[in-house]
Amino acid sequence: MATMDTAEPSRRDFLYIATGAVAAVGAASAVWPFIDQMNPDASALALASTEVDVSAVAPGQIITVKWRGKPVFIRNRTPDEMKALAAMDVKSLKDPQSDADRVKKGHENLLVVVGVCTHLGCVPLGNAGDHHGWFCPCHGSHYDASGRIHAGPAPLNLPVPPYEFISDKVVKIG
Amino acid sequence: MSGHSTYTPSNGFTRWIDERLPIIRLSYDSFVAYPTPRNLNYWWTFGGILSMMLAVQLITGIVLVMHYTPNTAMAFASVEHIMRDVNWGWLLRYMHANGASMFFIAVYIHILRGMYYGSYKAPREILWILGVVIFLLMMATAFMGYVLPWGQMSFWGATVITNLFSAIPVIGDPIVIWLWGGFSVDNPTLNRFFSLHYLLPFVIAAVVALHVWALHVVGQNNPAGVEVKSEQDTVAFTPYATLKDAFGMAVFLVFFAWFLFYTPNYMGHPDNYIPANPMVTPAHIVPEWYFLPFYAILRSVPDKLGGVIAMFGSIAVLFVLPWLDTSKVKSGRYRPLFKQFFWLLVIAGLGLGYLGSQPAEGGYVIASRILTAWYFFHFLVILPVLGLIEKPKPVPESITADVLAKNAAH
Repeated sequence: MATMDTAEPSRRDFLYIATGAVAAVGAASAVWPFIDQMNPDASALALASTEVDVSAVAPGQIITVKWRGKPVFIRNRTPDEMKALAAMDVKSLKDPQSDADRVKKGHENLLVVVGVCTHLGCVPLGNAGDHHGWFCPCHGSHYDASGRIHAGPAPLNLPVPPYEFISDKVVKIG
Repeated sequence: MSGHSTYTPSNGFTRWIDERLPIIRLSYDSFVAYPTPRNLNYWWTFGGILSMMLAVQLITGIVLVMHYTPNTAMAFASVEHIMRDVNWGWLLRYMHANGASMFFIAVYIHILRGMYYGSYKAPREILWILGVVIFLLMMATAFMGYVLPWGQMSFWGATVITNLFSAIPVIGDPIVIWLWGGFSVDNPTLNRFFSLHYLLPFVIAAVVALHVWALHVVGQNNPAGVEVKSEQDTVAFTPYATLKDAFGMAVFLVFFAWFLFYTPNYMGHPDNYIPANPMVTPAHIVPEWYFLPFYAILRSVPDKLGGVIAMFGSIAVLFVLPWLDTSKVKSGRYRPLFKQFFWLLVIAGLGLGYLGSQPAEGGYVIASRILTAWYFFHFLVILPVLGLIEKPKPVPESITADVLAKNAAH
């Protein structure tokens, strides 16, 4: 603009900027539905809880149930496993957390964790690995019987999903 | 399109068109009269081969969609239906699946040719960057296409790759859920991958058009790496380049046909003939061969976020390659040290590819760390330094001088 040698903004400049700003806000709000449609829909959110009868899970047994499309491990730890876990030095772990913080009071032997490796999402194998908890075959992460990470590329412990005992036998996950 | 158009409409009808939409003129100037350097070798036929492969993938893909069902309950069965029931379905699917591998073989050769002859240097930086964009789009397209048959490798490949985004601090997990459209890879994921897998090849075609446009503005590089100086240095695109490209394509098709008809599953994984099971991960997950070097880089870093950064960084570094190479000489032919480092990089890339296919343990991890370090060292240290310390051999005065010197030697 060769003619615009004055530094003083004119009313026309203001109108251009105001028009542009309104158009930008309008365009941005029109984009949102196109982005948000990719988020979980109502039917996916509706499947957000699962009830499981845990009375049949024998000591030493791991069962796998499906919650929100993902595997959840329910493990009934044996007294020996509980003893070994209690003897562990929690502070030296990558993601320090005591076993007691990962279970419900009165049901300490029963561990409920999401069965998805915190590295890149594979399903770890039960009763395997250096700590007899879980071992992820994809990139070699070792978890203990509390689902805590000991070795390998995974940064975090297997997460404990929100759950509650709705009776002595039945757990509601989600 | 440099220079004046030499097109003259031969009759009243083409003249009538030319005055309204000069599309025949554009084609004539771009693919008939267009001057190409007279010293191009067969490594320059891969651009044409890649255009052919894009067409093969588009045509086979469009007809496969006439028989495929993008739903988790039916996808696997619909692919088997294509293989067993659809007329010529086996041929079309094997063409498409092997065609993807052929596309990557050709693109890797094309990229390495550009690297060896310094085709990314001024004034061809944008041409090169558009090429890297096409490469990225190809990777996204191939990844999403591999998910569609909904076998075990499809499902777990999708899980692992989408989980890469969970490495991003704070917003990582919401992004992954957004990508999935749920709390795991499931039907919404398959549907959107199908939609994008159909879209992206057309985006690739559009970027290819820009790539060719940029190419025709700056002109082709050539094995001597000196620019065209006179008309003597060039020959017309048709018949010279047209026929050379056609011959290259024919030879490449023989190679393609060998895989297609004799060992169509050689480059696939048997696990992908098992329907997807979200509850069980296969013991040994590996991506398709063309992703293996990048997968090895990902796994070589013992930190989750670090690994993801290294993997994306290994491609990002290609975008700035034109500014990392400080040498004024384009062609590797006249750069005695660069030439050796170039082949070392090729060996490192092949080595990373092999390591990516092996389990991530023991010596394999150590070797991938060394090669990953070497990969970045090559681009970030060797290339900038080499341009300053290397003494290049004398570069020919012109393309014609190069051709004449070569013929005089015989």
